[in-house]
Amino acid sequence: MKEEINIVEVRNLVKYYDQFCALEDVSFDVYQGDIFGFLGPNGAGKSTTIRTILSLIKPTSGSIKLFGKDLNKHRNEILSKIGSIVEKPDFYKYLSAEKNLEIFARISGKDISKKRIHELIEFVGLKGREKDKFSGFSHGMKQRLGIAQTLMHDPELIILDEPTTGLDPQGIIDIRNLILQLKSEYNKTIILSSHILSEIELIANRMIIINKGKTIVQGNVSELLNSQELIVSFTVSDTANTKAIIQQSVYAASFLYEKETQIFLQITHPQIALINTLFCDAQISVYAIETKRKLEDYFLKLITA
Amino acid sequence: MFLKNTYNELLKIVYKPRSYIGIAGITIIIGIILFAMKMDGMFYISFITGQFEQSLTFEGHILNGNLIGFIVLQMLIIHVPLLIAFVTGDLISGESAMGTIRLLLTKPLSRNSILFSKFLASCIYTLIVVVWLAFLAVFLGRLLFGVGDLIVLKSDGLTILQQDDISWRFYCGLFMAFLSLVMVATLSITLSCFSDNSIGPIVSTMGIILVFTIIGTLDVPIFDSIRPFLFTTHMAAWRFFFDDPLEWEQIKQSIFILLAHIVFLLGLAMYKFNKKDILS
Repeated sequence: MKEEINIVEVRNLVKYYDQFCALEDVSFDVYQGDIFGFLGPNGAGKSTTIRTILSLIKPTSGSIKLFGKDLNKHRNEILSKIGSIVEKPDFYKYLSAEKNLEIFARISGKDISKKRIHELIEFVGLKGREKDKFSGFSHGMKQRLGIAQTLMHDPELIILDEPTTGLDPQGIIDIRNLILQLKSEYNKTIILSSHILSEIELIANRMIIINKGKTIVQGNVSELLNSQELIVSFTVSDTANTKAIIQQSVYAASFLYEKETQIFLQITHPQIALINTLFCDAQISVYAIETKRKLEDYFLKLITA
Repeated sequence: MFLKNTYNELLKIVYKPRSYIGIAGITIIIGIILFAMKMDGMFYISFITGQFEQSLTFEGHILNGNLIGFIVLQMLIIHVPLLIAFVTGDLISGESAMGTIRLLLTKPLSRNSILFSKFLASCIYTLIVVVWLAFLAVFLGRLLFGVGDLIVLKSDGLTILQQDDISWRFYCGLFMAFLSLVMVATLSITLSCFSDNSIGPIVSTMGIILVFTIIGTLDVPIFDSIRPFLFTTHMAAWRFFFDDPLEWEQIKQSIFILLAHIVFLLGLAMYKFNKKDILS
C-alpha cells in the first residue's frame, strides 16, 4: 500500500476573538496529492482556519505542522512552498499585471525569471493584457492573475479560498479544469475552500465540513457520500406497474413519490444496481437513472442536524 | 530578501501617484516664494531691517540666495510633515485597505522584515524630499538671487553669518530637518499599524503634531516639565545650526530626543504589527 505523506497536520486548533469562539478544536490532515475540500456555511470558520495555516491569524491554541515542520518555528521555509489566494486576489491597483507579478516574484523565496512570469501570464490567458493596470481588470481577470501569482514559484501546496466566487460559468469551468490539471500533471496538493458544493464534489478527493468553528465530518469524499442514502429517480416505461413492483418488494419503504414518467426512491448507492435489475427482470424499460446532487443533501443534513 | 523587499517598497512609492503630490506641493510653494521674493523681496527685507535701522546700518547684498533658503526652510517646516505623512501613513494601512496585506504576509518574509523595509523606504523617500527641498530653496535660490551674508532674525536680536560660513550650516540644518521628518514618518507608520484605512493614520499624525505644537507653544507652567520631551519641540532644531556660537548641548539633546522617539515608535509598531490578526 502506498504510504500517504502528510503535508498539513492541524491539531486541536482554537481561536477566540475576545469572547467569541471562531474555531473550536479543529483537527485535520491533508496528504500529498490531495484535493482537499473545505466546506462550511458563512461564518463557519473556513477562512479563519485557512488564514491560521498561512500565519495571517495567530491561533489561541493548537498546533499546525506543514511539510512535517512546525509553522511557528519554520514559518518562512514553509511559506516559500505555499501558493495561495485568500478570499479574493488583491493586487496593487496602480501597477500593471506584469509589475504586480514581478513585485511578488522578488519576495517569493525563489529566483523567478521574466520568462517564467510571461509563461504564466500566457498560461492563465492574460497574454496581451500584461501591461494593463490591475485597476482596469474584470473579476475573472483578477482571479486569473491571482492563479498566476499562486503558481509562480512552483509551490508544493496550493491554498485556494473561494477561487470561483464572482466568476461566470466559463470562468468556473476554467478554474476547475486548472485545478484538476495541477493535480494530474504536476501532482500538487490543493486545499480548496468553496461555497459551491458541486465544485467540491466534482474535484475533491477528501474533504472536511465545519460549522460554527467545529469539525462536523471529514474523510474521503466518495466514501462519505456513498455511505449516505440518495434520492434517485428512475425514468421508466410504466410508472403504475413500477410503483406496484416496488411496493411488493423489500424496497417498499424507499418509495418517495412519482412524477410523470419518473419514480423517486431513497436508497443507498449499491441499491441502485439491484433495483435496476429488479425492473429489468419485470420487463420494465429504464430510460434514465439520476441521483439528486448528493453533497448538497449531505451538507444540509449535517449542517441542520 | 530584506533588500529585495525594500526595493519593492521603493517601487510602490515610485509608482503610487500620491507620492508626487508632496514633491509637487513643495515645488509649487517654493516657486511662489521665489517669485514673490523676486518681485517684492526688498519690501520684505525692509520690514525686517526696519526694526533695527535706528541702531544699525545694513550694507551689501542682503536679499540673497542664503536668506531665501533660510526663509523657505522656516516656512516649510509646517507643511513638509503633512506631505511626508501623506505617503508614509499609507504604507501599512494602505496594504490593509487594498487587501494586498494578505498576499504580502503569506510570503516568506518575517513581519519585522516587512515593517523595516517600509521604514527604510520611507527614510529614502524623506531624504529625496529633503534633497529636493534643498535644491529648490538653496541651490535655485542662490542661482536666482546670488550669494551673500545671511541675516538671521531671532526673538532676542539679529545674527549675521558670513557668506563662507553658511553652506555647512545648511547641510547640518537639513540633516536635522531630515531627522525630524523621519520621526514624523515613523509616527505615521506606527499609527498605520493600528488602522485598516489610509486616511486615519495621516489625519492622526497631523493631529498629534498639532496638539504637541500647541502644548509646546503655550506659555503655561504646567507644561514646562513635558515640553523638552515633546518631539515637536525639536522639529525646529535645524535652526540651532544658524546660531553663533552653536549651542551644541541643545543640538545633542534634540538629536537624542528625536532618535529616542524613533526607536520607541518602531518598537511599538513591531509589537502591534506582529500581534495583528489579518482579517481584512
